[in-house]
Amino acid sequence: MLNQADTHAGYLDPILIRHRHNANDLLQILIAAQDHYGYIHSDAIDHLSGQLGLPRSKIEGVSGFYSFLHLQASGEYRVLFSDNITDRMLGNMDLMQSLCSQLWVEPGKVSEDGLLSINTTSCTGLCDQGPALLVNNIAINRLTQERVNAIGELIRERLPVSAWPAMFFAIEDNIRRRDVLLGSHPKPGSALAALLQQGAAETLQQIKISKLRGRGGAGFSTGSKWELCRDAPGEQHYVVCNADEGEPGTFKDRVLLNSYADRVFEGMTLCARIIGATRGFLYLRGEYRYLLEHLQAVLQHRRQQNLLGDAILGQADFNFDIEIHLGAGAYICGEESALIESLEGKRGTPRNRPPFPVTHGYLNQPTVVNNVETFAATCLICLQGGAWYAGIGTETSSGTKILSVSGDCERPGLYEYPFGVTVSQVLSDCGAKDTQAVQISGPSGVCIAPDEFNRRIAFEDLPTAGAFMVFDRSRDMFEVARNFVHFFKHESCGFCTPCRVGTSLLSNMMDKLSHGHGSPYDFAEIEKLNVLLQSTSHCGLGHSACNPVLDTIARFRPAYDKRLAHKEFVPAFDLDRALSQARQMTGRDDTGAHLERSHE
Amino acid sequence: MSQSNTFTLDGKTIPYSEGQTIIQAAMAAGEYIPHLCFNPEFKPHGSCKLCTVKANGRQTASCTQHPAPDMVVESDTKEINDERRTLLQMLFVEGNHFCPSCEKSGNCQLQATAYQLNMMSPHFDQFFPDRPLDASHPDYLLDFNRCILCSLCVRASRDVDGKNVFALSGRGIKSHLIVNAKSGRLADTNFSGDDKAAHVCPVGVILKKRVGFAIPIGSRSFDEQPISATPHPQGACPVGPRSNAATLPPHPTVKDA
Ligand SMILES: Cc1cc2nc3c(=O)[nH]c(=O)nc-3n(C[C@H](O)[C@H](O)[C@H](O)COP(=O)(O)O)c2cc1C
Ligand code: SF4
Ligand code: SF4
Ligand code: FES
Repeated sequence: MLNQADTHAGYLDPILIRHRHNANDLLQILIAAQDHYGYIHSDAIDHLSGQLGLPRSKIEGVSGFYSFLHLQASGEYRVLFSDNITDRMLGNMDLMQSLCSQLWVEPGKVSEDGLLSINTTSCTGLCDQGPALLVNNIAINRLTQERVNAIGELIRERLPVSAWPAMFFAIEDNIRRRDVLLGSHPKPGSALAALLQQGAAETLQQIKISKLRGRGGAGFSTGSKWELCRDAPGEQHYVVCNADEGEPGTFKDRVLLNSYADRVFEGMTLCARIIGATRGFLYLRGEYRYLLEHLQAVLQHRRQQNLLGDAILGQADFNFDIEIHLGAGAYICGEESALIESLEGKRGTPRNRPPFPVTHGYLNQPTVVNNVETFAATCLICLQGGAWYAGIGTETSSGTKILSVSGDCERPGLYEYPFGVTVSQVLSDCGAKDTQAVQISGPSGVCIAPDEFNRRIAFEDLPTAGAFMVFDRSRDMFEVARNFVHFFKHESCGFCTPCRVGTSLLSNMMDKLSHGHGSPYDFAEIEKLNVLLQSTSHCGLGHSACNPVLDTIARFRPAYDKRLAHKEFVPAFDLDRALSQARQMTGRDDTGAHLERSHE
Repeated sequence: MSQSNTFTLDGKTIPYSEGQTIIQAAMAAGEYIPHLCFNPEFKPHGSCKLCTVKANGRQTASCTQHPAPDMVVESDTKEINDERRTLLQMLFVEGNHFCPSCEKSGNCQLQATAYQLNMMSPHFDQFFPDRPLDASHPDYLLDFNRCILCSLCVRASRDVDGKNVFALSGRGIKSHLIVNAKSGRLADTNFSGDDKAAHVCPVGVILKKRVGFAIPIGSRSFDEQPISATPHPQGACPVGPRSNAATLPPHPTVKDA
């Protein structure tokens, strides 16, 4: 009898060969394998397990971790509506509901004919051109009712996504303000030539003089990181570019990869020469999969120009190449040690640190992990010198920062400023009116009110990974915080108790307030959770998960007070809400099907 | 430069050797730090966070943190025990723990730690997750309702038994234990009662069949002595009745639930 697994060998073997049957590439293999049926078939796991020498439990465990991998059929068309607060403000929920009714499917379920599923997903990085969705992992922007109707038709007609109108997929850069990084266009290879001329040690010296700090959020000195990694003993050294860009409201790396990819790869190559690496990885978030072909083409072009590969620019001892690894819908994989686990084909759980990646990174070897923008900036420094760069920005925040501006403003998009720019300057440049609040650096950052708009974007005042979400006075800041809390709950990796359970408790509390059962008692509970998550969580996600609630309670208390119908503690359980399932099953919604509701 | 290879734990001097973590050195010195995912026989994991201490003023998991010379470690303080109690409450509401009907009651490290830390109620609303049992195996039963995701069975099966019978799947609050079988059933794995993995679960998930309640509740390991006295008794597989213990104290999960 033909082994069940053999029917899968046909499409799996080429994938396995491409990855040299390397179990470290498990995630990449699974992503490719899923393309065949739209999910990972149970028999396919048998084949992979045999060929890779991995237990089935490991393959299922990895698949189960990533939102974009499915072990069950999830439709020929998998539609995911981006659900950042900015998508909400642009009406994504109504559009999703409309597509659901059009196609007779409930959110989160697969249609009865197996044709499609519709669900929400965390921010897809298109906040400046939302609402957005992903269909089979390809992004569509600027959703309108017409566009959604057309999408419904295309699905009903079973037209393959590759044949859908190109205009649906026309993602824009929206660069509104250029400074030294976005405004310059050095010839590909020029920074590498400068490096070879001045020597690796001197280039590192220039990067240290520039006082460049990481653009991914934490702001660690890039020069020191490269030096620590160079000096760490190991058989191999690795360069990793963090293009996971999962922080809601952040989309500058998307534009850098779309229009400045050469610069990013060149920065990685500089790093490789300095630390002595021959292999590098770009970890590209699954939401940006549509950029993959373009990025592969840029890499190929660089190989042809001898800017990558063996004997780069004729230097016999300068060998370096870059592979692109895709993520699969897990924000936590932006955390550098979780990212490395994911690169190794594992569940994206942050490691115990120390040791840090500079000494024990990919395959436990010394590894530099930097943000996309950080690598791009190193090219400029290599070409124009560290002192020049250090002269831009402020004393402790040198250079420029690219902000991803979205929300209530006339001109959302990318704005590059020297560090030290005030929030009010940015607001006036992007045409924001009647602004109530700005969320700086996404849900894990800070939310500020108008009396703080004279504060500055800089590591010493308002550090940011780039997100700048604007809310005008019509917005309900409670709902903003609630959206962010749901994000953290969905993205907690689940490794440690405080964050795994705490993010659920927190989102339950916010839902309780939203249902009108809140009392001041709940504020004390939230404060207690915050202290616990800050002090006992395993990584930055847990540490910052309470920030959005605490910030908005401190600054926009009336948005909460409105929901405090009670002075004393009230349980979260609501009998009338519990009956909603029965109402749905019986198709009733008349007064007789409701209990008396006092709070509405 | 200080040559001392000691640190202080709540004021007591604790010697340590190269490579030991805080909890390992503390246990070697006979000092108890609450813990659940740590088991001295396995590589530390660092996930439950019960073992959190303050080391030189900074909170950290003592099962993974290495001591430094003269480090000042605080463990048995009100502040830290309050946090540990909250972590326990989180674990209790996350799963379904009906201790009075649990075969592991009295031998359960979760329950015993809750007594140790005076946890009087689960405090939070219960999540009541839906986690079906796996009774497929002839000799063993898996009651996932009680799983605290400590990954000890995963480590034991992988690192000691060389089998990979257990693994974690899912993410976040949907994280859950799976077994290595296409059917998803324990009976279809190569699991055996002789496996190390059959004997490491700190709670009542992996249970031997047909020996239920052989030792009466009230006469079990932690009924006799608190967990701080014997954190890892040979209690996972009770062998016979011991002395008559005092009546069972009121149960953590039933009070003002
Ligand atoms: C939950 C979490 C998510 C993160 N996501 C990203 C990300 O998407 N991109 C990024 O560059 N850094 C992210 N970071 C920061 C990285 O861990 C790391 O500090 C950074 O990639 C280092 O690069 P840099 O020094 O160039 O900033 C994240 C950190 C945490 C805790
Ligand atoms: S804090 Fe959250 S995301 Fe980080 S390890 Fe713990 S559960 Fe995972
Ligand atoms: S079954 Fe037991 S040992 Fe295994 S993870 Fe769950 S609680 Fe830990
Ligand atoms: S015992 Fe240290 S984290 Fe679980």
